[in-house]
Amino acid sequence: MTGTTVQPSLWHVLQPKWRTVRQRLREARERGGWGRLTILLTAGGLFWLGVYGVLFRILKYFRGVEELGPLLAGKLLGLVLLAFVSILILSNVITALSSFFLAKDLDLLVSAPVDWLRLYLAKLWETVIHSSWMVALMIVPILAAFGVIYRGGMLFLPFAVLTILPMLILPGVVGAALTLILVNVFPARRTRDLLSIIALGAAGGVILAFRLIRPEQLARPEGFRNLLDFVTVLRTPTSPFLPSEWATKAIMSFLRGSVDPLPLLLLWTTAAAFVTVGALLHRELFATGFTKAQEGAERFVRGTFWRWTVGSLLKPLTVAKREFVLKDIKLFFRDTTQWSQLILLAVLVVVYVFNIKALPLHRGEPVGFFYVNLVSFLNLGLAGFVLASIAARFIFPAVSLEGRQMWLLRSSPLDLKALMWSKYWVGTVPLLVLALLLTGITNVLLQVSSFMMVVSLATICALTLAISALALGFGALYPQFETENAAQIPTSFGGLVFMMTTVALLGAVILALWQAVYTYVRAVYDGRPVVIDVWMIGGFTVVAAVCGAATVIPLKIGLKRMERFEF
Amino acid sequence: MIRLENLTKHYGSFVAVDDISMEVPRGLLHGFLGPNGAGKTTTLRMIAGILRPTDGRVLIGGDDVHQQPLAAKMRLGFIPDRPFVYDKLTGAEFLRFVAGLYGQEGDAIERRIAELLEVFELTSWKDELVEAYSHGMRQKLIISSALIHRPEVIVVDEPMVGLDPKAARLLKDIFRQFVGKGGTVLMSTHTLEVAEAMCDRIAIIQHGKIVAEGTVPDLRRQHQAGDVSLEELFLKLTGGAHARELAEVLGR
Repeated sequence: MTGTTVQPSLWHVLQPKWRTVRQRLREARERGGWGRLTILLTAGGLFWLGVYGVLFRILKYFRGVEELGPLLAGKLLGLVLLAFVSILILSNVITALSSFFLAKDLDLLVSAPVDWLRLYLAKLWETVIHSSWMVALMIVPILAAFGVIYRGGMLFLPFAVLTILPMLILPGVVGAALTLILVNVFPARRTRDLLSIIALGAAGGVILAFRLIRPEQLARPEGFRNLLDFVTVLRTPTSPFLPSEWATKAIMSFLRGSVDPLPLLLLWTTAAAFVTVGALLHRELFATGFTKAQEGAERFVRGTFWRWTVGSLLKPLTVAKREFVLKDIKLFFRDTTQWSQLILLAVLVVVYVFNIKALPLHRGEPVGFFYVNLVSFLNLGLAGFVLASIAARFIFPAVSLEGRQMWLLRSSPLDLKALMWSKYWVGTVPLLVLALLLTGITNVLLQVSSFMMVVSLATICALTLAISALALGFGALYPQFETENAAQIPTSFGGLVFMMTTVALLGAVILALWQAVYTYVRAVYDGRPVVIDVWMIGGFTVVAAVCGAATVIPLKIGLKRMERFEF
Repeated sequence: MIRLENLTKHYGSFVAVDDISMEVPRGLLHGFLGPNGAGKTTTLRMIAGILRPTDGRVLIGGDDVHQQPLAAKMRLGFIPDRPFVYDKLTGAEFLRFVAGLYGQEGDAIERRIAELLEVFELTSWKDELVEAYSHGMRQKLIISSALIHRPEVIVVDEPMVGLDPKAARLLKDIFRQFVGKGGTVLMSTHTLEVAEAMCDRIAIIQHGKIVAEGTVPDLRRQHQAGDVSLEELFLKLTGGAHARELAEVLGR
């Protein structure tokens, strides 16, 4: 045996990862064919076009503003990139924990004669790619709009790549280093719990703070004493020591036609220095951290709380259904990665209600009545969309999460209908409570009439039942049994199809109700008595039929699909 | 008690199980042997109702597993080779949950849970989340869950993997007692000494087909194998030349 061993290339260490990705793509293509690809590309293309369109309009407007235009555009880009860097740091910290400490390939890599530097670089690449691909895709239409409006030319493309790449690497290194330190302090599984709470708490805090300072007030010209103050604010860098600011400066200087090499140099040298320091830190701390990561977090649970409370309430049910519901509730509340998302949900609900409260509707004029009812009506669609997002996160993955235990469920005499029933109601009941609270509170804030209150509460009930069923049905149609992280399941193809179907359902319901609500509002506005005519009844009947069908059909299809599952 | 009729399973163009027919009578411990990829696990998972056969049927106590699944599965306890269980339940909660799937609850089940945990030395772990269990402890928990509803038939895939010698011995005793009381066990294993010592009858499957079936003396007779061990017989039937080649490669 020789003292030195030939080291595998970094490419070789990363090979299983990209081969897995290639194989998954191939399998997805074989399963779904061109139809699936077309839907994905269309949805992605539409999203890109939407972002591009909005940015294009804003930048076109800025371009027309003398002197201030480029400053405003630069500020906007700075804020967008700053938001992206913050998101990247959070997602890199969470991803680094999985890829550096909990991944299944670590036993193989750590026991093989692969040196620390290759291991670090391979895992860093993995972390950066996993956490940044979505942000990278989002940046494309944004920078495209900047490039087109400010006529960046063909050279803008390579320049933008050159600028954005180090901006993606830096949060990766910081995330990996933070995780390394945390794992050395806490056991890995505890760290994961802590991180998910901290990350979501931080994200929620940022959203809440941003909304509560009411940024729309800043847009009012009377807020500034004079133009000079306004320009001073715009010229002040948002965060001079952050890579987002350097990237903004580099891009804006290119677009102005006077390339400033300093920000680009700062980006690349800092990235190189950070990777070096990160690697050294990895050499010093990884071995102890990895050892600590193997230590399980001991957790004794004697809790009989759910059995006493929910268990007693469910006494009339069969024992199989009751045990299934109890099991689902326990699993949800014992998994920090699951329940911690409720923090974000609570924040979003507060922001939603706050937005409705902030609407300047009640000024006493008669027009108020019309708009109040219009907002209340459109609020149904918005609330429906919020509920759909929640269902995508919590109900859609329900079937996929049973995947590894399906041997038990399928070999037992459990009727799959009972399984479907339990999953449906465990998801629907909380969603229904939320839906009623959301619609009820916003209606009270809007001071709507009792007619609108009844219509919107009844509609949101029907919609919630349908949205839950769609989420569960599509979750069974497009299961992700191999995914360990529940948070990744809604971003799959099936999740996309579910969201698209739900948006179509919301559109159909609003369209069907439109005539009925319009007749009512018109009558009140004109001071005539409200007559419930055939059109109104027809509208309500269509809504009931559409929601009924959207509840029953997906559940039946989902059940049929589950009966055909093979493991 | 277990009857396979022309059981066939295709994965695309690949034939994993090819027209198998077999009968396991009540009160018998039946071994199911074969090399890796021969179709053992696929067959057992079809018997447990987890996989649907492409053709043929499985009867347990006269009930078709796919036509009358609930009746057939009430009689069955299945122990898979990979112990995936809910990580965020405690051992006792998991057993209570499984009992619930069979419609059983109450004091009798609580006593049964305590009894099984005691037998498998998991009592001190009963209030700990399964995520903290070792592979062997998970395997013991799954074995307990397969016994909780007092099944008539146990279908078990590689039961000894991950078990310590004491637990392995305990499991052998449990299976023998179970069979002694009229129960039926169909067991796949790679441990040929275990199969030879424990099984009343043995079936050997290769390339999805049953190539031999009977008691060990029957198999020796059928294949004119003299007084050789089950291991020698197995290698003869499933291509022992490979093993010798492997020995040569390792010896180089």
